[in-house]
Amino acid sequence: MSEETVSITIDGVEIEATPGQTILQAADAAGIYIPRLCAHPELEAFGACRVCTVKVNGRPQAACTTPVAKGMMVENDTSELLEYRRSLIEMLFVEGNHFCMFCERSGNCELQALAYRFGITAPRHDYQYPVRTLDGSHPEVFIDRNRCILCGRCVRASRDVDGKHVFDFVGRGHEKRIWIDAEARLADTPLKGEDRAVSVCPVGAILRKGTAYRDPIGRRAYDHRPIGSDIEACRPAEKKG
Amino acid sequence: MSDLERGVREICRSFRGDRTRMMDIVQAVQARYGCVSSEALNVIAAETDTHRVEVEGIVSFYTFLSAQPKGRVVIRLCDDIVDEMCGMRPVAQAFSEALGIPFGGTTPDGAITLEYTACIGLSDQAPAAIINDVPVTYLSSDKAREIVAELRRHGDPRRLVHRLGDGNNAHPLVRSMVHNSIRRKGPVVFAPFENGAALRKAMAMSPAEVIRDIKTSRLRGRGGAGFPTGMKWEFVRAAEGEPKYVICNADEGEPGTFKDRVILTEYADLVFEGMTIAGYAMGAAEGILYLRGEYAYLRVFLEHLLAERRRQGLLGKSVLGRAGFDFDIRIQMGAGAYVCGEETSLISSCEGRRGDPKNRPPFPAQRGYLDRPTAVNNVETFCCVARILDQGPGWFAQIGSRASTGTKLFSVSGDCASPGVYEYPFGVTLREVLTEVGAEAPAAVQIGGPSGQMVGPADFDRTICFDDLATGGSMIVFGPDRDPVYIAKRFLEFFAHESCGYCTPCRVGTWLMKKKLDALLEGRGEAADLPYLEDLGRTIKFTSRCGLGQTAPNPVLSTLKNFRTAYEKRAPARTDGHRAAFDLQAATAEARALIGETTAIY
Amino acid sequence: MAKPRIATASLAGCFGCHMSVLDIDERILDLIELVEFDKSPINDFKKFTGRCAIGLIEGGCCNAENVHVLQEFRANCDILISLGECAICGGIPAMRNTIPLRECLEEAYLHGPTVHNPRGRIPDDPEIPRLLNRVYPCHEVVKVDYYIQGCPPPADAIWAALTALLSNKPMELPYELLKYD
Repeated sequence: MSEETVSITIDGVEIEATPGQTILQAADAAGIYIPRLCAHPELEAFGACRVCTVKVNGRPQAACTTPVAKGMMVENDTSELLEYRRSLIEMLFVEGNHFCMFCERSGNCELQALAYRFGITAPRHDYQYPVRTLDGSHPEVFIDRNRCILCGRCVRASRDVDGKHVFDFVGRGHEKRIWIDAEARLADTPLKGEDRAVSVCPVGAILRKGTAYRDPIGRRAYDHRPIGSDIEACRPAEKKG
Repeated sequence: MSDLERGVREICRSFRGDRTRMMDIVQAVQARYGCVSSEALNVIAAETDTHRVEVEGIVSFYTFLSAQPKGRVVIRLCDDIVDEMCGMRPVAQAFSEALGIPFGGTTPDGAITLEYTACIGLSDQAPAAIINDVPVTYLSSDKAREIVAELRRHGDPRRLVHRLGDGNNAHPLVRSMVHNSIRRKGPVVFAPFENGAALRKAMAMSPAEVIRDIKTSRLRGRGGAGFPTGMKWEFVRAAEGEPKYVICNADEGEPGTFKDRVILTEYADLVFEGMTIAGYAMGAAEGILYLRGEYAYLRVFLEHLLAERRRQGLLGKSVLGRAGFDFDIRIQMGAGAYVCGEETSLISSCEGRRGDPKNRPPFPAQRGYLDRPTAVNNVETFCCVARILDQGPGWFAQIGSRASTGTKLFSVSGDCASPGVYEYPFGVTLREVLTEVGAEAPAAVQIGGPSGQMVGPADFDRTICFDDLATGGSMIVFGPDRDPVYIAKRFLEFFAHESCGYCTPCRVGTWLMKKKLDALLEGRGEAADLPYLEDLGRTIKFTSRCGLGQTAPNPVLSTLKNFRTAYEKRAPARTDGHRAAFDLQAATAEARALIGETTAIY
Repeated sequence: MAKPRIATASLAGCFGCHMSVLDIDERILDLIELVEFDKSPINDFKKFTGRCAIGLIEGGCCNAENVHVLQEFRANCDILISLGECAICGGIPAMRNTIPLRECLEEAYLHGPTVHNPRGRIPDDPEIPRLLNRVYPCHEVVKVDYYIQGCPPPADAIWAALTALLSNKPMELPYELLKYD
């Protein structure tokens, strides 16, 4: 073990982590996939979706916001946590109006991909069918709030990467919505189609116009391999004794 | 430039365009113009160098702020469960009929808006409402009609106060009809004290010695979580970063709690003294009293007390003449958001943001208000602090039980003869309290407010302390005719409404839970609903980001455990494979009405 | 021993899921070796002739008739399967769920730009099944045992599911066969 690292244990596997890393980052680097939705490698940790909830020394913590500490015992891939995560994913499905069959993001959607990975066939929660608004005023981008999961990636990317603050939240509780820095129309904001705020959306809520259905079925991101496979593929060979 | 633009700009500039004072700015705009309009949002954004959408996000977060114009007078009738038990429904109907508008509406002349609001800290004198800033108590249908008639005559809520309450409620700067209802005095909070005495004793010691005394007293936070106060202060003192801050959490919003209102009315100096001692001990220069919006009627009075303390040298530059110890306190008003009682949400709110909780770590003691080390303590905790320094930690530690030293204030309401505030030493049994409050036939007690637990007679001999029945102080008594499922539903409704919406489980889960309880109460329940509620409750508790979500399912989980038969009779097993929640007659009612069909389907 | 019986129905669906059943191609010959089709649009049996092992439901419930058919399937089938997105989440028909029923009907029969309706009435013939206030997923109306996702579900998923259930094995689909589109 080098001096700059600390070791933590995830599901019995000891890994080396750099102080300052979150559990999620350390796990990624070690090729261990912890499911997540609001977390994004380019953005500040947010801790909203709770899908990355792990047990740290027996207590629940979001892996995306919890920094590593020496000797941490992390539980990740357990049946208990899997059940909680499934329930959370199902909550997101019933909270909005997620019609995958005509969604431009289908096949490349991280919410859908997580549901596939978890083998979800139908949510245990009742569908809510909320009334949500769309905004197609912008020449390059549209917002469909039916599909928004309030992960805040666009908020962070617009503020911290694009330097614009086009998006933020309004309302609270189940009335909370993603909103824009204008009176009513996305077209009245300085948003550009190539902004990071657009491309970081994990679902089909903020999409670039004219790019839909480009990848045929069978060639989309999650058609053949579950989400997280890329991280798991980086798992180094077992340490030799 | 429009009048509004000029006015809003003036308000922003009075706070030097400081975006961290956004709460003060938007509340001032709301007070002057009745709403924070679209035009106002633009001006505020420009003056504070923020974005319009950020300001909109803040305005839309807090119940007392509004982007839409409201009446010059806003009647907010408390609709919590205790008020309902005390006859809130007929009062609501009387208001609505007298005004000719539904709840949520404004009279056509723009004079009066009628709304419901969550607990306003007057459960011991329910039904109650706040009209603009003025609390009105012990309402009846007749009183509601009289209030409307009077408001129509003079439009001034302050003139509705005909009889003044006891103690400082009658103070010229308060002039409120509210009663303290202090039913039982103990030695710690409700005892005489001399301004400055505790502070002098504290300042005769070193800051480290003050913290040592607090640790010796084994004082634990009175807000509910029970974190050792001395340890928190030690963390703040040791944390890097200047300046440090002391915040007093006076945002009690748990339905059925009102003890802090009474403390702030009668013993505010004890609180301020405790805060000043905290400032001395931790090396902080500024204290903030975060006062819930519902207690705005106390603000002028509290400002006056602060001014008095400055005059007496108990606050301000060189406190008690000690060069180098400057400490002052400002009041930050909340605006109707229960979640702001959660310490990191409260800090967000003080910083002029949406009242979202923050990620931990870092903890407030490391990085809190404006990213500086911050100690957030409850109103009652600061009272204890002042008393410990005055009477000595040993004196304090011999009160109560070994792990729960001192006394605790209980806000008692519901089905009992003497609702009000009681100060008991920790370790008292629930039964002793129930006897003294005159609960004749208690069938259930919600202890620690909705986020605590609902217990039945089997638990009445348990003791109230951190190791057994822990509580932030709210105690609601329910008689044998009350329905635990309905009570749980009302509490879940409260949490779903007050959830900040930041994290999935609390935002979606509480709402789903409330809807499932609705179905049970409407006779659309089935056996499978009970394990569903238990699973959902566990998920919300386990995965939520802050204390609100982590405790929100408690009313359901504790009633499912302690009052299961009430659920079971609403959740029969089905053998036909039909889902009880689906009702064909109800589902086709609209279609049949549209074509004028009056018969039931098939 | 008598072969197990299968029944199918399309409620508020587009028959796409039934097309996908036929899409199992030559395996349909194997299937009819394994099972007997009971009430189903495939053989045009209008009524149940006996107890069925499996009922496949396409589409959600948008009207009272859908509800009655679904309840009849629940009563006559040991295992009930929601087949496809519409049965599971309401699908395309459920897009109306965010619009009040009155608005939907008035647009369709009174105010729509291409409407010719001189009597100015929303159709009210007793023969027309009454619409529900919204489209319901099947499992919100009756208990459903299994779900086969997809719009439509892949024929391989249907085949894999049926053969597993008919041989009393757990229905576990490989990753590539669980798709929502």
